[in-house]
Amino acid sequence: MFEAIADLYQQFLSGLPESLAGLIDFVVALFPKLLEGAFVSVQLLLLSGVVGNLLALPVALARVSRNPLLWVPSYLFILVMRGTPLLVQIYILYYGLGHILGQIPLVRSSFLWRHLDAFWYAAAAFAINTAGYSGEILRGAILAVPAGEIDAARAFGMSKGLILRRVILPQAIRISLPTFSGETIALLKVTAIASTITVYELLRVTNEAYAASLRFDECFISAAIVYIALSYVLTRAFYFAERQINKDRLPPSVLKAARPLEAPRAA
Amino acid sequence: MRKHVIGGIVAGALLALASLSAQAQDAIKFGVADEPYPPFASKDASGKWVGFEMDLMDAVCAEMKAKCELVPVAWEGIIPALQAKKIDVIWASMLITEKRKQIIDFSDKYYDTPHMFIGPKSVKVDTCPETGICKDWMKGKVIGVQISTAHANYAKKAFGDVAEVRTYDKQDNVNADLVAGRVDIVLADAVAMDYFLKTDEGKDFEKKGFAPNDPLYGAGVGAGIRKEDATLKENLNAAIKAVRTNGTYKQINDKYFNFDAYGTTPGS
Amino acid sequence: MAEPSYIELLGYGPNGWGDDLLWGAWETVKVAACAYAVGIVLGLIGAGAKLTGRRVMFVISDVYTTVVRSVPELLLIIYIFYRAPVALQALARALGSDSAIDLDPFLAAVAALGFIVGAYTTEVFRGAILAVPPGQMDAAKAIGMSWRLRTRRILLPQMLRYAIPGLGNIWLGTTKEAALVSVVSLNELMNAGKQAAGGTKDYFFFYSIVALCYLVITIASMAVIARLERWSNRGVRRV
Repeated sequence: MFEAIADLYQQFLSGLPESLAGLIDFVVALFPKLLEGAFVSVQLLLLSGVVGNLLALPVALARVSRNPLLWVPSYLFILVMRGTPLLVQIYILYYGLGHILGQIPLVRSSFLWRHLDAFWYAAAAFAINTAGYSGEILRGAILAVPAGEIDAARAFGMSKGLILRRVILPQAIRISLPTFSGETIALLKVTAIASTITVYELLRVTNEAYAASLRFDECFISAAIVYIALSYVLTRAFYFAERQINKDRLPPSVLKAARPLEAPRAA
Repeated sequence: MRKHVIGGIVAGALLALASLSAQAQDAIKFGVADEPYPPFASKDASGKWVGFEMDLMDAVCAEMKAKCELVPVAWEGIIPALQAKKIDVIWASMLITEKRKQIIDFSDKYYDTPHMFIGPKSVKVDTCPETGICKDWMKGKVIGVQISTAHANYAKKAFGDVAEVRTYDKQDNVNADLVAGRVDIVLADAVAMDYFLKTDEGKDFEKKGFAPNDPLYGAGVGAGIRKEDATLKENLNAAIKAVRTNGTYKQINDKYFNFDAYGTTPGS
Repeated sequence: MAEPSYIELLGYGPNGWGDDLLWGAWETVKVAACAYAVGIVLGLIGAGAKLTGRRVMFVISDVYTTVVRSVPELLLIIYIFYRAPVALQALARALGSDSAIDLDPFLAAVAALGFIVGAYTTEVFRGAILAVPPGQMDAAKAIGMSWRLRTRRILLPQMLRYAIPGLGNIWLGTTKEAALVSVVSLNELMNAGKQAAGGTKDYFFFYSIVALCYLVITIASMAVIARLERWSNRGVRRV
């Protein structure tokens, strides 16, 4: 059956003018490579998203604490993460820390060094950065949990830890989900920055494809299309999640309302 | 209201600036790769671009009796920059390859140097005539090259199935990762690599072999120009020829090298 | 000869990179500011397009915001930076002019960054305009103000109050996105840092200094934005 499709495809191509056929052929051959790169991008997204958001929890908790030993470092951490471009952060990690680690003979000759390639540096940088951003979002959400619910929990005699686990966090997650979805889409876009430190994600693959073929528009527009598709899938997934989480409390008309656009994430 | 006025001013200013720059067209814009590539082109401490290619460019411009302007552009985007008329000539150690000739035109070559592998002194490397370094040795290794170069294309063609070819945006970063131990071997221009080996950073590395004269490598380094700029091509070629015959080329060449950079030695 | 101390490395003169870094920081702020201005213009146009009844305008604006929202800034910057001159030339040709429009790297970077910022400001302006109580516009219409007068005197000043927080956030994002422009090589802060780091092999130190510069820009901007927010909310009753 595949031969039949291949034949049809060739016939279709031969019917078109030379340049158009070449273009279509090129793009069709390009897509598998782009998808490979997209796969790495998604891996990066998932890894840094999960780790970063898990880290965001202690960051947010420290930030809302009244103890200065906790909230001051947390505040500074969040400030630095949101106040400096991600590009610089990733460079500090990969070239800066990497260079320093490379000088230490013990690290350099170890088994790990060969496998500590750019992907892990990128994942680390993104995770740390996400911890800062999500930490701030989570903090806002924690503060937005209705005080009445917390009072009621306390009246029941729940311990602090239990209140946190059963009342505050679930509510905070629900409240922050819309913003969080915007952040995750932003994280997908940010994975493109990993291309500057030789990670073979989608943008890097695109750059290489361009370098090999010198077809500028075809390569980059195809990549843009893949990103739009990925973004669309993520948006729908979050939309579905939001609907599920809020099923019990919002009228259908509100659930159908459009989401506002979030401000751009730090580069 | 104020927004409209401000917006109008901004838009107007942008358009005006754009058209103003359109006026200053008598200077020929020479695009150079915005990265240090000694001894061909690099910035000295005062920020001035110096090197073999820079001196050659001055000589060629003097021959053409034209005003030349230096425009640094990121290497990866230097061809789109040419197409977008940001620059008129690519003067960035660009090899004349068939692939590139499909999109842009080239002047005659102005230098041709071999292509060299370098690696750590402590590691033994096997050389083979067909591919420079034996494919067997390359198994599982990481080769560092600069993106969008004939070196990258050759490395992929010769070793892509057994080794990882890692591409970097700047040659500087390739060297940095070689020093950091992230890549095992680097393929790049012999002269540029020679320069690197003589620096402090490069002292633990040495030449390991030469890449053969594969058709992918084309025919030397030339100036890239748009296909429609036939007069510019003629002028450049005439100027290059003149500089070669009147001895200026040799003068510049001897200032930097003790061999003839114009030659064609894919040698060993 | 002793290795230059860190203070020296940051100083002026041939051995010190301080002046290069400062110059880079200034270039960065320039690019960000110009791009921001372009973005505001685009945002007003985009919001206007989304708010008119016309379906076509809405769709164009929607495609614009969706594309910028889904595609990485880095890719957009690369694409627009190299293709904008060609696009502008086509535009010029269509309008009859024959001169080659030449965008120097600065303007091309501004165009690319401005295009991105415009999509975000579109949404902010749209939200802000919608937030102005419609009753005010109705009242203005009732007393016979022309559309221009209405917009100028009622809508825009009120809209500003709602727009400023969002616009402030976008400015903070713009200053950081300006770092991405270093990929298409402009003489800005990130590149100055790269050169300093590459020249001295002191990567960690110089990239950290670059981060510090951006942090300073951010903190200064945050202070200005807080001021602006307070000013725009003067006279508003605390609920």
